[in-house]
Amino acid sequence: MKIGFYPGCSLTGSSREYNESILAISKKAGIKLVEIPDWSCCGATAAHNLNRELSVSLPARNLALAESDGIEELVVPCAACFNRLTMTQHELNEDENLKSRITEKLQMPLKNNLKILNVLQYLEKYFVPRLEELIKKPFEEEEVACYYGCLLVRPSQVVKADRWEDPMNMDAIMRKLGAKPIDWSFKTECCGAGFSMSKTEIVGELSGKIVRDAANRGAKAIVVACPMCHSNLDMRRPAINSYLKTKVEVPVMYVTQAIALAMGVSAKEAGFQRHFVPVNLSVNR
Amino acid sequence: METKNRLVEVKERTGVNIRECYQCGKCTAGCPVAEKMDLRPSVIMRMIQSGTDEEMDQILRSYTIWLCLTCETCYSRCPMEIDIPKVMDYLRQLSLAKGKVHPEARKIVAFHKSFLNTVKRNGRLSELFLTIDYKIRSLRSGTLLQDMTLAPGMISRGKLHLIPKQIKDKKGFSRLFKNQLNQRKP
Repeated sequence: MKIGFYPGCSLTGSSREYNESILAISKKAGIKLVEIPDWSCCGATAAHNLNRELSVSLPARNLALAESDGIEELVVPCAACFNRLTMTQHELNEDENLKSRITEKLQMPLKNNLKILNVLQYLEKYFVPRLEELIKKPFEEEEVACYYGCLLVRPSQVVKADRWEDPMNMDAIMRKLGAKPIDWSFKTECCGAGFSMSKTEIVGELSGKIVRDAANRGAKAIVVACPMCHSNLDMRRPAINSYLKTKVEVPVMYVTQAIALAMGVSAKEAGFQRHFVPVNLSVNR
Repeated sequence: METKNRLVEVKERTGVNIRECYQCGKCTAGCPVAEKMDLRPSVIMRMIQSGTDEEMDQILRSYTIWLCLTCETCYSRCPMEIDIPKVMDYLRQLSLAKGKVHPEARKIVAFHKSFLNTVKRNGRLSELFLTIDYKIRSLRSGTLLQDMTLAPGMISRGKLHLIPKQIKDKKGFSRLFKNQLNQRKP
């Protein structure tokens, strides 16, 4: 089966380490990911806030391109892109008129039956069954806070995540890597998402509460699976610290970076040097 | 008559049936930004139900509709499964089209416009060009330095590309934007 890959814009820029670590672990596990030819932006928050037509047509273009390339299963690591592509697929399947209008605009056929996987679903399907064989350098029982954020689990009606109020699939992966996932209260709280630049103080507050709870409960790192969550918790640390009125040092890494380290990929290849808050665990030392 | 039209209108445009809301307040209780809102999500639902012109005007001028982060908590928890974030999208677009955007929300709208503008140009988002476009749009807001100080750190970490990545099929792509971004300025 041809497995497609939709990196999305963040993974080519501010979240390069997410892209690098996914490609590194996939290569090492012998999985071939085929990037959608000529993919474009999904429209993100901006499109669905300002323009309904674009919020559907922009993701639909990528779904159609993936189909015409013979892709049957599509890996979408960015949680926001995953949400937009999944919601679009859902809406087009619910509304025939909308679908014919959009495909006419695209001038591309659309069967709209692609299997879309977020990063946790991809890891569960292709890595979890083989983790014991793939792990070369396990974590040394470091406490980690698995942070899922919003769009990997919600809306529950469409995403259909298991235990969406208290998801455990990332926790299970981290446990298999040898880390110790902690029980905490902010697993699926919002980080402030697209307000990073326009309402930075709100991001400082919402992300601040997340980082504070993780730190208070002894987490040595926060593990994420979304570029927006990562940049808000990591790059926006000055806003977080100014909200908390203290300096919190707990680092933030992608779940794919954690797997990369455990699989013996170098910290550099997994992009750890690109973080603002340095990650200093036994596995990446 | 007025009320019926409002509920039907929202149903027609979004597929969401607000009539089903029985004011349990769960949406407001779980909303991460409810305490900053001028109208709580459950209040918006009630106001659409009664739906007088004054109430609609108040909703479209509210800060709430722009503060909503689309975190999807309200929709996921709603006992009647009312897709409130989808209604918020509809209200935002109505507010923008009628020039009723709340003054506090202008930066949010400016950011979204800059985002779509940047995407329209290249097919993909350039974070550098987004920042520049947004800073020009929001010059008066006094946050110019806040993000500019991040730039050196981003460049040294290889996170900011000076040359935007572009897609090949620009012609087909621009068709999607035709007649879509001509709303008036907030």
